[in-house]
Amino acid sequence: MNNTFITTFLGLAALLISPVASAQKTTAEGIAEYRAMLADGNPAELYEAKGEALWKQLRGPKNASLEKCDLGKGAGAVKGAFVELPRFFADTQRVQDLESRLLTCMEQLQGFNAAETAKTKFGAGEQKTIESLVAYISAESRDMKFNLPQAHVQEKLMYAVGKKVFYTRGGPMDFSCASCHGEDNKRIRLQDLPNLTKEPSASVGFGSWPAYRVSAGDLWSMQRRLNDCYRQQRFPYPGFASEVTVALGVYMGVNSQGGVSTAPALKR
Amino acid sequence: MSDPMRIRAQAQGDKTTVRVLVGHEMESGQRKDAAGKTVPAWFIQSISASWNGKPVMSAQWGTAVSKNPFMQFSFKGAKAGDKVAVTWIDNRGDKRTDEALVS
Repeated sequence: MNNTFITTFLGLAALLISPVASAQKTTAEGIAEYRAMLADGNPAELYEAKGEALWKQLRGPKNASLEKCDLGKGAGAVKGAFVELPRFFADTQRVQDLESRLLTCMEQLQGFNAAETAKTKFGAGEQKTIESLVAYISAESRDMKFNLPQAHVQEKLMYAVGKKVFYTRGGPMDFSCASCHGEDNKRIRLQDLPNLTKEPSASVGFGSWPAYRVSAGDLWSMQRRLNDCYRQQRFPYPGFASEVTVALGVYMGVNSQGGVSTAPALKR
Repeated sequence: MSDPMRIRAQAQGDKTTVRVLVGHEMESGQRKDAAGKTVPAWFIQSISASWNGKPVMSAQWGTAVSKNPFMQFSFKGAKAGDKVAVTWIDNRGDKRTDEALVS
């Protein structure tokens, strides 16, 4: 009688403890498993194919393709260009990230008004074109290491500005980028927050965008991701391809030095 | 004006696994746009696959299937170099077929 009671009690205790322990273990694992399942059929591939076609297609008022677009490695060179952006461009006398450079190319080569495209809503009009183009261009640098140039004085300046912006607190929540992305092992709800101030965590975050976001059903560029960061901070978006967002790109990109780009990745 | 599907078919022994990434809006008809108007439903109603012209899979889909869906199935008998074709038809009557070779 007594024996039976003890056995039952132990059995119950084991039942009570084990599900809790395994549930804790599977939180992060569960997300990793979910991502692995989805990664097998990442819809970003659809955007890559579309982007490659758009790169070669004759479009715009000037009826030209983007094949002469210089992304920093010479006219038309796409391979490896993404992991060296943002960088200084002599023709525009500016440091530009991928999206801002595409605006320039689309204006100069194809005749699309850059200011107008920058003001277009995400996911509409020529912004949609840019989403596919960034998927294609970033995919051409997949598994390559970040190596942003920092030789030009403008590039150094943009890094310093980006760092300043990263740590600037503001808005109704008094948040800065660093509030979420300045320390190791932080998370928001179930999402791990990468520490963007140093390797190896910086490239885990920065190196996975552009990405297909399942919850949005769309491919997001870094610019669109930053827009969402600012929204979460309840802070006005500085504008598509604005200097502030490019500076943040330089800061995060240089911090990712040596890390690998996995873009276009897949996000929840 | 639909986007091409990405089809991968891989034979392993007797079994061939086919993985298809379909580019489609799959609008459920439940959403409203910025102006408050219902976005009309637009989704794939039927999807089928054939191996060298012989049907091996067919399915009827509805609005619960996600945007840009991923589909995986397997069948027996194919060899490397065989042709697998996938066709979908949506509720607007649009149709698309893409092909891939078994590897």
